Amino acid sequence: MAEHKKLRVVHYLNQFFGQIGGEDMAGVAPLVKEGPVGPGLALAGALGEAGEVVATVICGDNYAGDNLEKAVPEILELIRQQKPDALVAGPAFNAGRYGIACGAVGQAAARELGIPVVTGMYQENPGVELYRKDLYIIATEDSARGMRGAIPKMAALLLKLARGEEIGSPEAEGYLPRGIRRNRFAAENGAARAVEMLVAKLKGEAFTTELPMPDFDRVPPNPPVRDLRSATIALVTSGGIVPKGNPDRIESSSASKFGKYSLEGLTDLTSDTHQTAHGGYDPVYANGDPDRVLPLDVARELEAEGVFGKLHPYHYATVGNGTSVANAARYGAAIAADLKEAGVDAVILTST
Amino acid sequence: MCTVVPISLTVGANRIVPAVAIPHPLGNPDLPPAEEKALRRRLVEKALRALQTEVEGQTVFED
Repeated sequence: MAEHKKLRVVHYLNQFFGQIGGEDMAGVAPLVKEGPVGPGLALAGALGEAGEVVATVICGDNYAGDNLEKAVPEILELIRQQKPDALVAGPAFNAGRYGIACGAVGQAAARELGIPVVTGMYQENPGVELYRKDLYIIATEDSARGMRGAIPKMAALLLKLARGEEIGSPEAEGYLPRGIRRNRFAAENGAARAVEMLVAKLKGEAFTTELPMPDFDRVPPNPPVRDLRSATIALVTSGGIVPKGNPDRIESSSASKFGKYSLEGLTDLTSDTHQTAHGGYDPVYANGDPDRVLPLDVARELEAEGVFGKLHPYHYATVGNGTSVANAARYGAAIAADLKEAGVDAVILTST
Repeated sequence: MCTVVPISLTVGANRIVPAVAIPHPLGNPDLPPAEEKALRRRLVEKALRALQTEVEGQTVFED
């Protein structure tokens, strides 16, 4: 980019930060104001000579939130008309509707207009989980108190992106981790780095892990099954038991899907009917007798004896090997929704 | 039902029944077929008992 050409930046805001009004104006349709508004003044200051906030696109939180599919193209069209070189959205702090709108608008602008986008959110904003993989989201405080800290980081990252400069780590640039791993050369090998970390930990000194663990959520236990003799029970497994031939081609590692398979008319799983799709463990035993992972034979016996009411006529399977927590949670939610709709009372989940 | 109970605890399962081994959680290929099936049945019965048990938090159903 020639030094004298200022970057044309469009700023997306909700009705509150766009100075239209409060919750009573949350239904306002997308509109454009020329130049910077509200936090845009600080953004313009942070961009300095390198960029200019040419317009501010504003949309009410409810207008965007109630119908994202309709609102986003409308907002995108207003942004497009400004012939922008880059987009800044928010920051939204911990405002959920606003965060999701910033993420959706940012994602659309990046994809359809091919321009760099930066937004900002508090780490627990629901927009973070939805859009962190697609967007650079500067980590902010949970309220507008954090505006002064957020805006300079957002401006600095935007300029780097616009200039095509290399983007540093989340810690260095201040954005929320996007789940991207990059290879790099380290001065010391892994063993030496691990020992250094351990020594620092033992001394009570600060250290940075190279592999943060994912956050697992906790759910309160469901109430027990009161009347097993009338209950419908389902079988679900992460051990990869699928019909012979693996018709959905569930991957042996990092599964991208789960399968739903009929158990109608089956009383026993055999090496002729089923197999495991799972990699990472020796499949000989599961392939030899898939009941060792998905216990259909005894489930049918217990059903016939009336120990429980009925076996759900489908089983669900995915492969746990290397599958990300986020994907596993997604499959779990989809399977649970299907089971609830079918009136299933309880599930036996087997894992390898 | 799982073999590596610490994983089930880490991911947040609430009713956990320890199983036999990673490649055959509900079987033991060293046993004769009838005994192996009896073992599987005992484990599934234990899972059904776990489902009928009120729990306050994460609970491992040992023998």
